[in-house]
Amino acid sequence: MINAVEFANVSRHFGSVRAVDGVDLSITEGSFFAMLGPSGSGKTTCLRLISGFEKPSGGMIRIFGQDVSMIPPNRRNVNTVFQDYALFPHMNVRDNVAYGLMVKGVDKRTRYGKADELLALVKLDSYGARKPGELSGGQRQRVALARALVNEPRVLLLDEPLGALDLKLREAMQDELKALQRRLGITFVFVTHDQGEALSMADTVAVFNEGRIAQIGTPAEIYDRPRTHFVADFVGSSNVLSPDMARSFGAPARWASLRPEAVHIVESNARARGTVTALRYIGAGTRVILAVPGGEITAFVGKGLKVPEQGAEVGLSWDDTVLHVMEEG
Amino acid sequence: MPSENRPPLALTISAIAGLLFLHLPIALIFLYAFTTDERTYQFPPPGLTTQWFAVAWNRADVWPPLYLSLRVAAISTVMALILGTLCAAAMARSRFFGRDQISLLIILPIALPGIITGMSLRSAFAIMEIPFSTWTIVLGHATFCIVIVYNNAVARFRRLSGSIIEASLDLGANGFQTFRHVLLPNLGSALLAGGMLAFALSFDEVIVTTFTAGQQSTLPIWMLNELVRPRQRPVTNVVAIVVFVTTFVPILIAYYLTRGGSEIAGGGK
Amino acid sequence: MSLAAIDSTSPTPQATAILPQRGIGDRLSALFWRRPEILLVVLLILPLGWLTVVYLGSLAALLLQSFYSIDEFSGLIVREFTLRTYLELLRPANMDIIIRTVTMAAAVTLGAAVIGFPIAYYAARYARGSWKALFYLGVMLPLWSSYLVKVYAWKLILAREGIITWATDLIGASAVLNGILALPVIGGNSLSTSYIGTWLVFLYVWLPFMILPMQAALERVPQSMLEASADLGASRLQTFRTVVFPLAMPGIIAGSIFTFSLTMGDYIIPQIVGSSRRFIGQAVYQLQGTAGNIPLAAAFAVVPIIIMLIYLTIARRKGAFDAL
Repeated sequence: MINAVEFANVSRHFGSVRAVDGVDLSITEGSFFAMLGPSGSGKTTCLRLISGFEKPSGGMIRIFGQDVSMIPPNRRNVNTVFQDYALFPHMNVRDNVAYGLMVKGVDKRTRYGKADELLALVKLDSYGARKPGELSGGQRQRVALARALVNEPRVLLLDEPLGALDLKLREAMQDELKALQRRLGITFVFVTHDQGEALSMADTVAVFNEGRIAQIGTPAEIYDRPRTHFVADFVGSSNVLSPDMARSFGAPARWASLRPEAVHIVESNARARGTVTALRYIGAGTRVILAVPGGEITAFVGKGLKVPEQGAEVGLSWDDTVLHVMEEG
Repeated sequence: MPSENRPPLALTISAIAGLLFLHLPIALIFLYAFTTDERTYQFPPPGLTTQWFAVAWNRADVWPPLYLSLRVAAISTVMALILGTLCAAAMARSRFFGRDQISLLIILPIALPGIITGMSLRSAFAIMEIPFSTWTIVLGHATFCIVIVYNNAVARFRRLSGSIIEASLDLGANGFQTFRHVLLPNLGSALLAGGMLAFALSFDEVIVTTFTAGQQSTLPIWMLNELVRPRQRPVTNVVAIVVFVTTFVPILIAYYLTRGGSEIAGGGK
Repeated sequence: MSLAAIDSTSPTPQATAILPQRGIGDRLSALFWRRPEILLVVLLILPLGWLTVVYLGSLAALLLQSFYSIDEFSGLIVREFTLRTYLELLRPANMDIIIRTVTMAAAVTLGAAVIGFPIAYYAARYARGSWKALFYLGVMLPLWSSYLVKVYAWKLILAREGIITWATDLIGASAVLNGILALPVIGGNSLSTSYIGTWLVFLYVWLPFMILPMQAALERVPQSMLEASADLGASRLQTFRTVVFPLAMPGIIAGSIFTFSLTMGDYIIPQIVGSSRRFIGQAVYQLQGTAGNIPLAAAFAVVPIIIMLIYLTIARRKGAFDAL
């Protein structure tokens, strides 16, 4: 099977800065692929390498098996939803959406017909005559989406598309985007710095750090079996255990991660003991910070369960399968 | 409003007095165009008349300089628009070696006093034995008008969201389509404003022009001669009004076209 | 609903990853994309060519001419390298012209800073909304409006029979005016033939060039900084002297570059309003015209360039260019 997008040892250097540094990845056709990482980790540059706004300093990029090194952005059958939407301020919504067809020389009736269908798809049927300036942030986002879909791209690139929306709207749009991707069946490549967004929407997540991919896998793999210290820290919160601690917890003497919600406070059969140093109430439950031999560990106590008192010495337990030994520190 | 935010009375008075100082003199030009006294600048005017407008209209020596000034301003504006826009497009987005030197070069013709630009061109014409013509005037005017268009265009480029150009390319438009459908409509008013200012500047310019015109007479040069050797003083006032209005109206239009930006503030003329 | 269903004209659902190239526009765009430096050259070649040939070429010609000399008998230009023309600048009569010009430029700059400051300060600190727009227009319009008309207006104002004489008579202050005109050196027969008159017109014409950069610099002074100073018990005058003025300084220097340079290079104003004593600009104009001594005119024109270069070097050290 041909991959929608393939990076083979791709680098992009700006002077001495290695924005993207030897990245290999393949994105399966029809999948929802998230590029996750802090700002400056190279995820947006990777997206721009696919769209053609950046050229690789080394390596090869293939889209559906075809080398696109010499192909300018306007001839790549991929489209982008920009972070700031980049709607054309001088055109109304309908002209914005129809733009991709207009520059291809599609006649007026056809392109407006198509634009109206796409506006219906994003539930903005009656907004065609408005200027982008008269729309709310969420509406602009939908216009940007409709505009990017008008050319029927085989890959849709989304650059932090929900970043500018408020929390409520963002969650609603997450569901809509996911549904839309299923319905259209095209490949979505989604850049975000929000791990929750990446985990809830994507089929595959690539975690970026300092221009390289730290880990690539399904959301469950990334969350449960972080490969490196960085991934464990960045995706969710995790107890990262030093090799010494891991050994004292009965695991091999390597770096390991243990999710707080997997650590239980028990009366008997404790695998380790710790002293409560702090309690943090976070609504859904309480985070209990414990001092253990060789370091500190966080446990999560859900609603309705007994929260130990500060200073108390308690027993800790976890399932063997959740203590994940990492490949790197 | 807290009392600290109310300006001291002395400051308000001196600020308003300063503004009046900048504006009242122009009003006198209008007043003296109606005076009945054609030999001196007596104030208050002994009487008022509108005859000088008709006299000015019928003075044959006013028309050729007016035509020349309009022609020079029009040609210089078009050239400055082309050259200034090209420059702005190159300078707006990319960083490259020598960029600072180029921006200095663009500003230089207006940063150095007009007499230097004028004398330089005069020296070059002398060395290369180029005879004076409309084109020698245009050469100077277009050179110092480039920066006006450039400033306006560059400021607008900066305000434009950079990604709309990328969005256009992304949607399949090539560079030329992007220029025509996205860039030009968004730059349009800034270019128009730049053109207006360039026209006003060129139409009114006198210092560089005296070095590049030879025996030709633009309207400002005609005025200058009248100032040194007056014939019918109120006629000069009528022409001054024409010059003032011809420069003032484009400037005002330019202001309204670029409101909200800072394109025409400061380091212009 | 799939995309293919939206567009029934779509021939195959398996479209290619690369779209076809259409025409010369696409081909050129692709070239510019692959080699952005080619686009840069295409964009810059005309304007840079123009500025290099016409402007830098002319400046070079000016320098070249200043190293030529004039044959005193035939009046023809001798095209041989010499420093004789520059030595001529050192003659007392010519040095007088240079000193007079620089003094006037300094006086105009000082006056513009003093008169311009209240306007700039008011506009930056207190003017809001429509007042702000009014102040902006009020400074910008005189800056751009016709130079010659402005100069002419002052000829009307300063004339012996003009509005100033009339006004001083009206309020019985003619003695004061006559007293001022009787002052040695800067006085004269009437305001329009005295240095005071020349100074006033220069001041009027170049004042907006001082106000705008000054206002820009003042606008960058955060309100909170002034309040902090007041909180610490500083009086208004102290706040002004120790906080506002130093922060406005780059703007004042930026403005002074304009007023200084423009005054030095002007020859119209002293010709129309002033005594018969010449300034650099007039010397250049007369030498290249009636006298036909282009080398000396060129050498004279080099003087303001050198003075401005020195001035700019100092200004750059003071950080004035951030306010331009």
